[in-house]
Formats: sequence, C-alpha cells, structure tokens
Amino acid sequence: MAYVAVKGGERAIDAAHAWLAAARRGDGAIVELQTAQIREQLGRAVDRVMAEGSLYDPELAALAIKQSQGDLIEAGFLLRAFRTTLPRLAATLPLDTATMRLTRRISAIFKDLPGGQVLGPTYDYTHRLLDFALLENAPVAPAPQAEAIAGPTPRVADILGHEGLLEADARSEDEPFDLTRAPLAFPAGRDARLQGLARGDEGFLLGLGYSTQRGYGNNHPFVGELRAGEVDVEIVPAELGFAVCIGTVTLTECQMVNQFAGSKTEPAQFTRGYGLAFGHADRRAMAMALVDRALRAEELGEARTAPAQDPQFVLSTCDNVEATGFVEHLKLPHYVDFQSELETIRRLRATAERTQAASLPEAAP
Amino acid sequence: MLSARGLGFRFGSITALEAVDVDLWPGEVLAVVGESGSGKTTLLHVLAGRLRPDAGQVWYREPDGPRTEVHAMPLPLLRRLHRSDWGFVEQDPRQALRMDVSAGGNVGERLMAAGARHYGRIRAEAARWLAEVEIDVARIDDRPTTFSGGMLQRLQIARTLVTEPRLVFMDEPTGGLDVSVQARLLDLIRTLVRRLGIAVVLVTHDLAVARLLAARIVVMQRGRVVEDGLTDQVLDDPRHPYTQLLVSSVLAT
Amino acid sequence: MKGYNFAYLDEQTKRMLRRTLLKAVAIPGHQIPFGAREMPLPYGWGTGGIQVTAAVLGRADTLKVIDQGADDTTNAVSIRRFFARTAGVATTTRTASATIIQTRHRIPETTLTEAQIIVYQVPQPEPLYQLEPSRTETRRMHALADYGAMHVRLYEQVARYGQIAISYDYPVMVNGRHLMAPSPIPAFDNPKMHRMRALQLFGAGREKRIYAVPPYTAVVSLDFEDHPFRASRAAHVCALCGDRASYLDEVVTDDRGGRMFICSDTDHCASRRESAP
Repeated sequence: MAYVAVKGGERAIDAAHAWLAAARRGDGAIVELQTAQIREQLGRAVDRVMAEGSLYDPELAALAIKQSQGDLIEAGFLLRAFRTTLPRLAATLPLDTATMRLTRRISAIFKDLPGGQVLGPTYDYTHRLLDFALLENAPVAPAPQAEAIAGPTPRVADILGHEGLLEADARSEDEPFDLTRAPLAFPAGRDARLQGLARGDEGFLLGLGYSTQRGYGNNHPFVGELRAGEVDVEIVPAELGFAVCIGTVTLTECQMVNQFAGSKTEPAQFTRGYGLAFGHADRRAMAMALVDRALRAEELGEARTAPAQDPQFVLSTCDNVEATGFVEHLKLPHYVDFQSELETIRRLRATAERTQAASLPEAAP
Repeated sequence: MLSARGLGFRFGSITALEAVDVDLWPGEVLAVVGESGSGKTTLLHVLAGRLRPDAGQVWYREPDGPRTEVHAMPLPLLRRLHRSDWGFVEQDPRQALRMDVSAGGNVGERLMAAGARHYGRIRAEAARWLAEVEIDVARIDDRPTTFSGGMLQRLQIARTLVTEPRLVFMDEPTGGLDVSVQARLLDLIRTLVRRLGIAVVLVTHDLAVARLLAARIVVMQRGRVVEDGLTDQVLDDPRHPYTQLLVSSVLAT
Repeated sequence: MKGYNFAYLDEQTKRMLRRTLLKAVAIPGHQIPFGAREMPLPYGWGTGGIQVTAAVLGRADTLKVIDQGADDTTNAVSIRRFFARTAGVATTTRTASATIIQTRHRIPETTLTEAQIIVYQVPQPEPLYQLEPSRTETRRMHALADYGAMHVRLYEQVARYGQIAISYDYPVMVNGRHLMAPSPIPAFDNPKMHRMRALQLFGAGREKRIYAVPPYTAVVSLDFEDHPFRASRAAHVCALCGDRASYLDEVVTDDRGGRMFICSDTDHCASRRESAP
C-alpha cells in the first residue's frame, strides 16, 4: 500500500544522516580538510560565521564551516546553538576601539589625518582576475613590513566631535539590552537595534543599506572612518577590583557620517550610523552603519517611508537563523492544513456551482 | 451633555487653546468657526478625548448617568464610548474607512464591535444605512476604492451613525468636495441629525455651513473664544471685530 | 547526555520559562513575551514547543510527540529523539499513556485528561497579524479587547463566499477575553480545546511568545449566529479502521485520480484496528 512509504521515519533519518556524513567527506582520495586550514585560509568565512553566530571563536567557527560543508548560514546556526548552552561568567568592559592595533584604517572624508590612512590587507584595489597561480599552490612571497604607526590614531568621530560638527555619542550607564536573553519588543532602543544588526544576515543588511542609497530612505552617507584591527577585551573581576585583559578580538568598525539639516532646537550637524563586526568585514560593518542610521529616522524627526527605516521590519527579518528556519519549515509536512483547505475549496466550489445552476433557467430564453 | 471649562493647549511655544469654555446640550448642533490655525480642530480633538489638554477639564454626562471627566476615563471606557455612543467624522473619509473592506463591512464594523453577531441582521442594517445616505444598496459588496469623494463621505457618515450615537464630532465634513456635492451632503446631514436627535460639535471654516446646520455658534481666534451665541444672532449682528471681519469677508466674495 | 543539562536547557532558563508559563496560565489566551533561546533545531520546526516541553518535563514523565497527528512523521521522530537523548525520559506513541504531548498541527482524537499536558508548536502567535502588521498596534488591540476588525474579516468572507472560509488556525476567544491563535490545527480540532481537561500550553520560539489555556477554560471559535462555526472533515470513512468521525488524510494512490482516506491520528487508528474483532 502506498501509505507505507511515509512510515519508517526513524530509519529514514538515520540513513539520511549517514549519507550526509559521506557526502560531506566527499572523495576519500582527496586529503581531508583540517579545521586549521579553514581558520587560516578561509578567514573571511570564519569572520562572517562568528558575526552571525554571535560567538567569537575562530576555531569553533572553522569547525562549523567544515560540518556544514561551507553553508555559512548553517554554520552560524551551529555556532548559535552551541553558544546558547554556554554559562555567562562575566561581562566585559566596553571595548575601546580608539586603542585598536590597526591593520586597516581609512577615512573617505579627509585626505589625511593623524595616524594616516592604512589600506591593510584589502581586496579593494585588486583586479578581479582569477589567479591561476593559486591552482598550483605556489609559495607566497612575504609582504613588506612598514614601521608601526607612531603616535595616536584618534577616531575620526572624535576629531569631528571636537568642533561640535558631529553629534556626540549618547552616554548611558544603564545595563544594555541583551538580545540573547530578552525578547525584542517594539519600539526597540538603539542598543537592541545595534545588537540585532550586528548578527543580522550580511546579504540582507547589504540589500537594505543599498536600498537607502537607491532612494528608499536616503541619508547622504560618507564613510567617516573604517578601521580594523585587534582590541583588548577586559573584565573587572569582583575579587580584584581592577581591569584584567582576558584576550583580544579582531574587529571592523565603521563610522558613517550623514547629513542632517538640524531642527528648531538643534543646529545643523552631522549624524552618525554605526557598524561593528567581528573580524575583517568592511561590507558588513558599512551596511550595518547605513541601516543603523536609517533606523534612526523617527528619533531624528525624518519621514519614515522606506523599509530600512522600519525597526520592526528590519529587526524581525534580518536574523538569518530565524529566517532560514521559517522559510525551510515549509518543507515539513503540512498535509493536515492542506487537507482542511482542500475541503474548504471543494465546499466553496460546490456552493458556487449550486448558485450557478439555480440561476441558469432564468438566463435561458 | 458635554461641557468644558478653562481648556488650554500648547504646541511648543504656540498657544492652540486658551481658557476655552464649551457647553453642549442633547440634540443640539454647535458650530465652531474660525480661520485655519484658530484652534478649532484642536478643540474638537480635546473635546473628543483624543488630545489631553494642558489645562482645564471636559465632562460628559451619559443619559441618567453620572458626569464623568473625559480625560480621566480609563482608555477601554473611552474607546467603548467612541465605538458606541460617540462618533467622529473625519474631513478625509479615507482616514476612517477601511479601504480594503466592502461598504457593508465598513458600516457593519461598529455593530460587530458592539457585540452584534447575527450576519443577516448586520447586513440588513448596513443595507438600510447605505439607503439612508443615498448609496445604491447594490454597491454593498463593493470596496470604497471604487467610490467617488462624495460617496466616501456618505459612507463614513453611515459607518458612524449606524450605532445611533448621541454625540458626533465632525471635522470639516464637507471640506474638499465640489459645491453641488456639498449641498447634497449638508442636506443629508441636517435631515439625519434632526431625525435621530444627535448632538453635534461641528468644526467648519464655512459660515454658510454653520448657518445651515447649527443652532449655536462659537467663534475662535488664536485659540480663544471671541464670541458665542445663537447662530443667526451672531452672524446677523456680530459684536466682536473678528466675527465682523469673518462675516464681511463672506459677503464680499 | 554528556555535557548537557537534563532536557538540554540550563535550570535558570527553565525557571524563566516556568515563570512565563505561570503568567500565561494566569491570563488565559494572553501572549507573554519570553527570552526564547537558540535551540539546536531550526526556528519554525518547533523551537517554542521544545522549550516549553523542556521546562515542564520531569524524569517520571512519558512523552509523546506528533506532527500532522502522526508519531512517525520525520519532525516528530526528530523531536522525540531529542528528548530521549537529552532527558532520557520514556517516550510513547499511545496518547493515553503520555503525560506530555507535544504537537504540531493536530489535537489527538482521544480525549485528554487532567493528568496530561498538551504543548502546541506555534509558528505565528498573533491572531491579528494579517489585519494589522504592527505589533505595537496589535498589543493595544488586545489590551482594549478591540476585536471588531476580526469580525469584519469574517463578515467579508460570508459576504463573498456565503460562508466562513477559514480552514485552519481558526481564531478563538479564550475565557471571553483574549483572541487567540490556536496554532495551525484544522478548524475540526477547535471544539476539542473548549473546556479541555488537560492543560494546554503554546510555544512560539521565533516570535518569542508563550500562552496557555488552563483546564476547563472556555475556548469559543468566532462565528455568526446565523453562520455558526462548523468543524468540517472529509466526508469519508477511514480505509484502515473504518472510523466515520475522525479527521482524515487524503492519500493519493495513483495518477488517475485514485484516492484513499485514512485517519490522521495514527495512534487512534492503530488502537481501533487492534481492538477490532
């Protein structure tokens, strides 16, 4: 009987998992991929998975990428599901990105600035020609080493801020919202919004940020500064009472500077959009900064007309773990609901046919 | 049934209302006139409990009931009042109507919100009200998107009056309509209001509208009431220079 | 399971969930926001239901998991295994032997008892979301019991089709106060919720909401007096057990329009066949 085919779910799942493991390994004649290779040689993928998985751990991110056959959304999901089981031992002090040991630092709004412009390891000016030398695993020549930057490298935001041309950071001593522990409610504060964006899907953020440039909530952006490098992470253990460095993280930070006409109470000045991402992630940090600024439309008294300006739309849609789960859940059986729809459609059609049949004799001559 | 004392309201540094007193008796139509910016629409929103005044109070007396202060009412109670005993007719009917719901559904909504659960009776009542406002009953299942401006306004009136409210607030109900459409609508409002004995607070900048519909009139200038009295008396023999100016400017055009 | 707490979630998270559940039971049908955790199963596949089950599950419990009424559908198997692995509790396919039943899209045909809890997986807890997308606004509508718009939707259907045409996730009024989404169970199952003896818990993980219907609470499907709610099913007989009253799945048997109808509730169907002479 045909029905028997849908039985045997347990065996089917076991078999599917075994097949998946074999498919993941691929041709056994090819040497197996080491997670260290992923961590070292697929760094941008590792960075993205750490951001969307909201856990800074290159080793585990590399494992997740291997386990998911390079499906980065699946990898981020693996990391999240691991993260949720971790105990919370301490809260760090706010990171001070002004003390970042820079590998990259550019500003589009100044020709030069204290500390200088540092390109760093960027694809920006590469010609996008496939490099067939990489097929041969040819050795890579060492990169030239510059002198370390002498003197401070203040954040551009602080330089502009001195003149009062740029809005100041809102200072708050309040405990920030925690998206991983508390449900998002609307209207959402900027802390909640930034957290949502920080782990939002890169492609979605990119599309939304791009939409603001195409006239859907335009906000005239300039890259005030994009900086990347290592920052110390510090905690203050209660028993010590002073800050201790517990490690470093690599971050990309983007300060987007936007035009603002001023209001009755405030003089014209520049406003900011802020982006922060784990690892080297220009695109993610910039897109996040564009969307952050767009989401401030209401606060700044701008008309809210575009999707990127609607906090509920952006924040409830940007999480790719939520999105992929719900989109893909359509694969689950829905035959009970479908059956009830089928019965309803049949009933509606029967009613319509009866009505039509009843009106036919009148139409006849 | 509705009385307000010492109402004050400010938008930042702009005074929209200052020391305004208003009284409304059951079944009475009261017109609030003045130029745009005189505070008349703000007054309407404060009286209806939609805006909280900075100073003063508004009281409403239910039939045989106690007097309640409108702005001290719990929100659910005020909402219920707005869905049953009160009505609000917006200048732009699109703000009040559900444009993606049929005319019948629009008229029936207040009945359903008030607890009506018999489809046949809700529909019959909706049909009756469409006829009352001179909309072809055959249009009952059509969406308002297919209606003309005058029809939309009449549909809004049907939707508002279907629960036979005691008190209706109207904000320039004939504004933005052609003169001939206006005349027909005014006639309709007058007939319905008289027959049902509804009390109305009517905001208009058009003295002819006030004269046609209202027994009493309140003249506002820069947030203050400068003159009030019986409509005919005030318009035929205006005392305050501002009212004189308003009346003469109408005569001049 | 090594390295994980009983039933996966840590005890603090479970306490947070239980506080939410108590609040939900105290206000029947009202959606309570909660700090939903990331689960190792995808959103939309029952993360809300799993968290609720994890919070109420004890070592002595017997768990049954169904999807589409069946114990053997892959997602039901997957969730049952998850708890067998992380909590080591006994599992069953017998409705009558279970103390906790987690379900997606059905209520079992067997009448539930006071000793049982049924946990529904909910994709969209907000019954008003199609009428009003803004959660700020729907929250206000619930607070003021401002549900006229939902009846307008039903009115429109009767005006257009001559009948109410909602087949599943059919909105209900709970305890005469809160409008509630019963989750995408077929409307056929709605009457089973009314004054049910078992405690009914609803978990929506992606939307981070929990709600509940305590035992013996009134659950009324919205309708009109002259167009009363109808619990409809396919007008056929189960080809396996001959039941004329249970909810049926339609199974396609060939490509020439061949059909057979069988019970959607696999345990119900199997029990009837076993007890048949």
